Amino acid sequence: MHLLNGTFGSFGIAKLQHIQLNGDRMNIKLKQIVVGIAAASAMAFTAASHATDITGAGATFPYPVYAKWAEAYKAQTGVGMNYQSIGSGGGIKQIKAKTVDFGATDAPLNANELGMAGLTQFPTVVGGVVPVLNLEGVAAGQLKLTSETLADIFLGKITQWNDPKIAADNKGVNLPNQTITVVHRADGSGTTHIFTTYLAEVSTEWRRNVGANKAVQWPVGTGGKGNEGVAANVKNMKGAIGYVEYAYALQNKMSYAQLKNRDGNFTSPSDISFKAAAASAKWKAEEGFAEVLVNQPGKDSWPIVGATFILVYKTQDKAESGKEVLKFFDWAYANGDKMASDLDYVPLPENVTAMIRKSWKDQVKDSKGHALWK
Amino acid sequence: MSGFLQEARLKRQVWLDMLFRGMTRASAFGVLVLLAAIIGSLVIGSMPAIQAFGFNFLINDSWNPVTENFGALVPIVGTLVTSGIALLIAIPVSFGIAIFLTELSPQALRRPLGIAIELLAGIPSIIYGMWGLFVFAPLFAEHIEPWINDHLGTIPMIGAFFSGPPMGISILTAGIILAIMVIPFIASVMRDVFEVVPAMLKESAYGVGATTWEVVTKVVLPYTRIGVVGGIMLGLGRALGETMAVTFVIGNAHKLSMSLLEPGNSIASALANEFTEADGELYTASLIELGLILFFITFVVLSIARYMLYQLSKQEGKAS
Repeated sequence: MHLLNGTFGSFGIAKLQHIQLNGDRMNIKLKQIVVGIAAASAMAFTAASHATDITGAGATFPYPVYAKWAEAYKAQTGVGMNYQSIGSGGGIKQIKAKTVDFGATDAPLNANELGMAGLTQFPTVVGGVVPVLNLEGVAAGQLKLTSETLADIFLGKITQWNDPKIAADNKGVNLPNQTITVVHRADGSGTTHIFTTYLAEVSTEWRRNVGANKAVQWPVGTGGKGNEGVAANVKNMKGAIGYVEYAYALQNKMSYAQLKNRDGNFTSPSDISFKAAAASAKWKAEEGFAEVLVNQPGKDSWPIVGATFILVYKTQDKAESGKEVLKFFDWAYANGDKMASDLDYVPLPENVTAMIRKSWKDQVKDSKGHALWK
Repeated sequence: MSGFLQEARLKRQVWLDMLFRGMTRASAFGVLVLLAAIIGSLVIGSMPAIQAFGFNFLINDSWNPVTENFGALVPIVGTLVTSGIALLIAIPVSFGIAIFLTELSPQALRRPLGIAIELLAGIPSIIYGMWGLFVFAPLFAEHIEPWINDHLGTIPMIGAFFSGPPMGISILTAGIILAIMVIPFIASVMRDVFEVVPAMLKESAYGVGATTWEVVTKVVLPYTRIGVVGGIMLGLGRALGETMAVTFVIGNAHKLSMSLLEPGNSIASALANEFTEADGELYTASLIELGLILFFITFVVLSIARYMLYQLSKQEGKAS
């Protein structure tokens, strides 16, 4: 830092004079600030020491609906739920470190991982992932893509919008002679996990060369940070295609594509087509409901759908807060459907929530081995 | 009696003096301890990656979380190239700003211009990033990149650096945004050091008939050399470590390409993007090793600057 001695010296003196000139005013301000901080921390402390409040951390995708549920739950029962949307990876780390009462993740852990950590897992809501595009002269929902064309675009094998493979499904659509720019997520994300799981499911080449994960080595394209980064890049670049959560595409009025599902029908993303996909899922409690709902059968099913999950310990050291967590989600399954649909999530069907409640009874125990949920 | 009092006072002052010395020493060594602790925790955290990939980590251009094959070449190149572009643009511009403000500007303009530069330096980097993504990148893609493609892209040899899809999101965009961000830093440091040049020296030079250019290059610059290099290093330090603004406009693609118009990645933005969702020991360790490499790059850059200054000061006084 010797290099800068002279410069910093002169900076420092100027600042000092400034402070002295405003000395009195500064003092009053400082006092106000100090008093404010003291008051705020006192409030925070009383809030934190509330015995029955529950804490959770993890996935960003379901954060809006968890926050909404928490607000309504607090108004009804007086029990607060403090959820930090730090990302699925962070959520898994936090629950393993036992700093929170529950973790939340978009990519389900498999039965093996759950068993090793002593965790049990259950889904809360379902959401869809939608390919969004920026193509002049093509209206929202007008472009039809099959699983093969979508995979080939993201593999970099189809590079022009007027490629015969795309044109074959889009008779009457005026496809421009334009380069396709692929936009993907730059950060690790549950959305990417669902999307790449779908591509790996429908394309052998994708499965072999790229694979499915929260982050992958993309063969082509540029990365945007978060849903908003992908959306901004797609909007900025002519001829761009990306993928975002359905709620995000809807709120930003982005142009999306229809996709051909497993039954051979072209479907548009909507809560109806998401529900259709969720209906045919074979949820298995013993495997932690670990199911990514991609490429599900059903003539109306949207092919890229996934659930988001909650992680809790099978053996609860603090039975009281463990019970509160289950009570909260029980309440949410019973009363939260409308709030979830308002935010463009798809609530779980009743038969699935019944299975989840049964799995709590079977699996979640206190330290003495008694079932926590009755 | 009074002698006793004096002795007591003296004792107290000696004691205070020692306390003061001890405190300053503790603070100074505290910095060293902190530095060692940071390096230590980075090395320990990146151990799994170092063991798995070894030296190959530095020259591997793959970054595959699925197969857990990680290499740092793309982010290293991206970091160095964006910072290089930033300095290439920022140094001449900052130099111009500082010379104008200290030598040529009318007195009435000096304060408002100076304040404007300091205000620019205070803008949070996320603002630059968002402005870059939403305003600058579309303009750049629409108007400037096609021109670069057509004119610079056709030149043999260097053409390969300037041909690519006009997306607005690229290494070059990141470099330009970084330049805009570091200009206020470099310019305000340069202005401050130019201002401390004794008026007598400059007046004498003007007195013997030197032009403004001669005064700047022969009197002002030699006198303020250390401060100028320091200012540039401050800017470079910021450019190397800048995270948010770069993340928005660099494209975040783990791919190596010749063209500056292609998306790339930098160390800081890879860390910011991927750390929260990195699970698996090797993934996390590789990201921490990236941090260690950034630390090392900064250290090397500062050392080179020091060495340059040392060489310059050795030549001082020799025939010019």
